[in-house]
Amino acid sequence: MVSTELQDSPTGTRTAAAAVDDAKAEGRAALVAYLPVGYPDVDGSIEAAKAAVAGGADVVELGLPYSDPTMDGATIQRAAEVCLANRTRPADVLRAVEEVASTGAAVLVMTYWPPVDRYGVERWAADLANAGGAGLITPDLIPDEAAGWLAASQEHDLERVFLVAPSSTDARLETTVRASRGFVYAASLMGVTGTRATVGAGAADLVRRTRAAGAERVCVGLGVSTPAQATEVAGYADGVIVGSAFVQRLLDADSPAAGARAVGQLAEELSAGVRTRP
Amino acid sequence: MTTSGRSFGAERGPYFGAFGGRFVPEALVAALDEIDAAHTTAMADPGFLAELAELHRTYSGRPSILTEVPRFAAHAGGARVVLKREDLNHTGSHKINNVLGQALLTKRMGKHRIIAETGAGQHGVATATAAALMGLECVVYMGEEDTRRQALNVARMRLLGATVVPVSAGSRTLKDAVNEAFRDWVSSVDTTHYAFGTVAGPHPFPVLVRDFQRIVGIEARQQVLDLTGRLPDAVAACVGGGSNAIGIFHAFLDDPGVALHGYEAGGDGVETGRHAAPISAGAAGVFQGARQFVMQDEDGQTVESHSISAGLDYPGVGPEHSWLAASGRAHYHPVTDTQAMDAFRLLCRTEGIIPAIESAHALAGALDLGRELGPEATVLVSLSGRGDKDVDTAARWFGLVSDADLVASEAERVADAPQDTEGSGW
Repeated sequence: MVSTELQDSPTGTRTAAAAVDDAKAEGRAALVAYLPVGYPDVDGSIEAAKAAVAGGADVVELGLPYSDPTMDGATIQRAAEVCLANRTRPADVLRAVEEVASTGAAVLVMTYWPPVDRYGVERWAADLANAGGAGLITPDLIPDEAAGWLAASQEHDLERVFLVAPSSTDARLETTVRASRGFVYAASLMGVTGTRATVGAGAADLVRRTRAAGAERVCVGLGVSTPAQATEVAGYADGVIVGSAFVQRLLDADSPAAGARAVGQLAEELSAGVRTRP
Repeated sequence: MTTSGRSFGAERGPYFGAFGGRFVPEALVAALDEIDAAHTTAMADPGFLAELAELHRTYSGRPSILTEVPRFAAHAGGARVVLKREDLNHTGSHKINNVLGQALLTKRMGKHRIIAETGAGQHGVATATAAALMGLECVVYMGEEDTRRQALNVARMRLLGATVVPVSAGSRTLKDAVNEAFRDWVSSVDTTHYAFGTVAGPHPFPVLVRDFQRIVGIEARQQVLDLTGRLPDAVAACVGGGSNAIGIFHAFLDDPGVALHGYEAGGDGVETGRHAAPISAGAAGVFQGARQFVMQDEDGQTVESHSISAGLDYPGVGPEHSWLAASGRAHYHPVTDTQAMDAFRLLCRTEGIIPAIESAHALAGALDLGRELGPEATVLVSLSGRGDKDVDTAARWFGLVSDADLVASEAERVADAPQDTEGSGW
């Protein structure tokens, strides 16, 4: 079962679990927005994330850029390359976490595992908790390899969001659900991040199977980019995760301020989407 | 034997000591489990093994021969130097050993499409070859920089019916081709097998590829015994991802009297930072699906590698090599571009054999080993590939053609290149 013990974090950190539950209490799904720290620069990404919160995002995923993002499509990879060219470092991500968390939003860091492994799992968990982060989403860390992270996240009351996929067996769904805290991230399709015309047809079934495996909260990501898609996914999931569509707004903007405005506007549209009955 | 008394050669993964594992998206776990199961049952199936052995005998040209190279050895302190001639295999390298096995597995799993990554193109050519032989659709990802360095192998793959996709992300070399192949695979895993080219990546690839490359060492061990009456004193092999080296090392892992030496690409020299030597000058970390030695910066970002050899231009190395290095069973050393090219020229001039530049790194190592071990010693070298793909690079290195000729040749090649990677109707 996904733990509910994080509803009131001892440090006062807003958790993703609480954000999703509050949305549920309002009779809607939560909106989860992904933005990479360091695009167009660190301050610009913080402003964009705050704009997403102001526009209605309940949870923010801040991306720690990585040189080999195998789960990401061209849009997010292009942004990550700029982040790295800007020398965005873990300390920048922690500063972004602190500033965005100060808005009252739940802040998760989405990271590939090599940077955390290099930083030191225990040290990273301590620093993330101190910064007010709620936890981590780990696209390339499965529970089987996560012993160090399971221990450190327990120690520091952090959420750990693992992914499930349409190819996951029922046994693996159970393992992953048991290891997760906060919510479970259901990948809507077999593929990488990026906007798509339709949400994966198997997403609803994956949410159903993940719930049957014991998950309290299941949020759906990969390929969700429009208000209509948000409405569709909100019909069966506890949260709607949007990444590439936000990043594309930043890539298209001709200034950091314009990028943040565009992100805020998209958040408003998607926020309306998750409040609309299908 | 290991310190715990277990056999080095008996390790099957997913971990080799502290190395290995599966650091992958959940979406790939089912496929990796499927490959693991197919591999395990296939290796216990006499029918599968017989079919593979027949392909080796009648198609790829196994057993490959052993060639003693006394004129080359005269520069190696007089030690006996013998070459395991994987360069004589069909498609020109050891890569065909692995790919024939994986193509058979692809059919066994009921998949009709095969994808691969390639650096120098040898694995890509081997995969395209096996796909043509077995009627599989084939897509090969190759860094854009490598498609330029290895244009001839791009042409070969296209002639064989494969689609070659140049990868323009990142450093535009092998690691980026691996990333792109993983992206394809996560989207197509129902119909597609990813024929990983080396003993790296998530479990079971390191053990799967090793099992298909073990034949190199099994043959060589017996051939050296037949030739000299005893085991070699040392085995030398180049190490990029590490498949040819594991292939020849594996049969000797439990022969404690046989020293195992892997030679990484030292590029401009490890002290310059421009190299591809993760064991010699990297650290343990997670990279492309496994814990291994890798070239990372202090934030865990992958550092771009450099080597004159596209096939060794990779910032990681397989987990079994990482374990053999950490345990001290094998030793790894950097060889610079200059040292490798000097050995390349020496083999050409003394023995009439043009080696792949990858293999030239092992030849450079053998020269050092021979001088160190003395005239009574026998050094076995994996000549993992032949150098026809590298003639252009070598000609530039040695100044054998004028710059004007090279520019004209390049322009002609670009003009003649197919503009469309698919459906060209060739």
